[in-house]
Amino acid sequence: MATIKKIKVLVTKVGLDGHDRGAKVVSSLLKEAGMEVIYLGMFQRPESIVKAAIDEDVDVIGLSYLSGEHLIFTPKVVEEMRKNNVDDVLLIAGGTFPAEDIPAMEEMGIDKVFRAGSLTESIVDYINDHVEE
Amino acid sequence: MNNQKGTETIENREKGSTNDDSFKNLSGFKIKALYGPEDISQPGREADLGLPGEYPFTRGIHKTMYRQRPWTIRQLGSLDSPSKANERIRQLLQMGANGISLCLDMPTIMGRDSDDPLAEGEVGSCGGVAIDSIEDMRNLLEGIPIDEISINFVSNSQSSVILSMFVAVAEERGVPLEKLTGTMQNDILKEYQAQKSYYFPPRPSMRLTIDTLSFCNKHLPRFNPISISGYHLASAGATPVQELAFTLANGFTYVEEGIKAGLSVDSFAPRLSFFFKVHNDFFENIAKYRAARRIWAKTIRERFEAKDRRSCLFRVHTQTSGSSLTAHQAENNIIRVTIQALSAVLGGTQSLHTNAFDEALSIPTPRSEKLALRTQQIIARESGVINTIDPLAGSYYVEALTNQMEAECYKYFKEIEDLGGVISAIEKGYYAKIIADSAFSYQREIEKGERIVVGLNEFFEEEETDIELREADPEFEREKVSDLVALKENRDQALVKACLNEIGEVCQGSDNIIPYLIKAVKSYVTLGEIIGVMKEIFGEYREDSIY
Repeated sequence: MATIKKIKVLVTKVGLDGHDRGAKVVSSLLKEAGMEVIYLGMFQRPESIVKAAIDEDVDVIGLSYLSGEHLIFTPKVVEEMRKNNVDDVLLIAGGTFPAEDIPAMEEMGIDKVFRAGSLTESIVDYINDHVEE
Repeated sequence: MNNQKGTETIENREKGSTNDDSFKNLSGFKIKALYGPEDISQPGREADLGLPGEYPFTRGIHKTMYRQRPWTIRQLGSLDSPSKANERIRQLLQMGANGISLCLDMPTIMGRDSDDPLAEGEVGSCGGVAIDSIEDMRNLLEGIPIDEISINFVSNSQSSVILSMFVAVAEERGVPLEKLTGTMQNDILKEYQAQKSYYFPPRPSMRLTIDTLSFCNKHLPRFNPISISGYHLASAGATPVQELAFTLANGFTYVEEGIKAGLSVDSFAPRLSFFFKVHNDFFENIAKYRAARRIWAKTIRERFEAKDRRSCLFRVHTQTSGSSLTAHQAENNIIRVTIQALSAVLGGTQSLHTNAFDEALSIPTPRSEKLALRTQQIIARESGVINTIDPLAGSYYVEALTNQMEAECYKYFKEIEDLGGVISAIEKGYYAKIIADSAFSYQREIEKGERIVVGLNEFFEEEETDIELREADPEFEREKVSDLVALKENRDQALVKACLNEIGEVCQGSDNIIPYLIKAVKSYVTLGEIIGVMKEIFGEYREDSIY
């Protein structure tokens, strides 16, 4: 019987903000949905995130934002991924954002943005539908 | 068929009215359909209620409560730059606020100057003000009567430095230190438990907290040197009863540490204050305040043998619940904030911040802020709830809930004690685990529809109303960095170096550090530089990820 590889998701926060409730709750709920979660935690830099994503061979990177830093750090993470030829990893973001920033974030290279109040079901479904077999 | 369905409905209603498990508060207590005398008639309980202003203060810390003076309307006055924050403070005071809270931006919170490479993109973030040097403190407080208006600095790991800047500016302005009023949050324990803006391991951090406490004890008798904060614990996921238990346990720990530092309990306990969150469950919250006052008073008198009645007073600032606000149908938050604020007032808070309804989207606008402030004024002036003291006393439900909250608290105290006390429990990951579990359960209840959030998992609408949001200032960071670089170039470099060396030495010894920090900030040594030296001596703390 072929074993089905679990989807591997890296969950992290970039920058100095330590509001980690969302990241932790989403991590637990993704685990409950059968995914493998690499919880990198707070205070990460774009370099450390991409390095961990490569080392752990993840399918998804999930960035958690709260304090308005999303427009600054998103391009840096995307650029770091590009420099390292990480092109088969789904990049998603969750947190507190004004609605008008979402198109900008998608333009920068986020595959999907989940705003505060999104149900995890929508995150799980999105990952299941978009991670390449 | 129809008839059968009708019977089912009645049965369900019967079930709902008696012992249906689905009626639970946020702490997970099952709530009965009806409370009566039997719920509050345990022997010896009469003494636990007492009168307002009398031990054990269940009914409030003042004899007259809001009849003499309503609570302090204390709104957040911070904004990215010190001078813009100054303007905002003036506006809030002009609109009728009588206290101010100030948040710091993310780099300042993390002990980094605006020109630190790791601060890039976050200077002035999170609705907080960037404080690098004494110059920023001068601009922030310019023209504000700091001996009349109490300023609450939402400052923790960097409190020793922020206090030193505050004192230095007061001295420059000729304001006697004994007249200074206000609060330094300075609650390091909850940083490890929930808020996560720590630099050093818990024990050196505690030393800085106690240095700050001791300095204030000696020189700033009207200033609150620690505001023991449950708010952040609750925001990270702690239930109301966990918030209550953990906050009080932290409070007792500061009392122990103060006594260990050679202070008498009655010399500093009267200046310890608290900070609670008020969440959605209206009566649960009221019971939390009443239980808090009683447990604090009893423990301070019985365990710490305080003689001064002021030591026993649980004085508390409250903020409505940011984490209960939704981005979807954000205007609904106006109603949430109103109900929460009313609950805090009926709980007997001394001071209150009402959140703006657009906070799940962005930093509030002047318009949403004004509405938040007016909400308090309407409660105070129009609702009539201030006309009598502790109007809910004697309610079978409220008294039973107060007793239950109290009893549950002692179970948590026991667990913490068994782990060797608060710091030891932090090191063992106790809080991280409990808080993450509670946050997870809360979210799962929402996801399963067991807990309703209107506009989110019920009455959801695809379309969203347009809400005007505050625009961030894209130029601010560049200007702040260039001002700081100029300030660093134009100071007595030898003096700066000497001050930093001295701070390093004091960190290794046991002298109170505050006088050395005051000297340093007056010489334009920056916050980031001071924290940098302290990190070299004390080391840095990293937590294990527990969720």
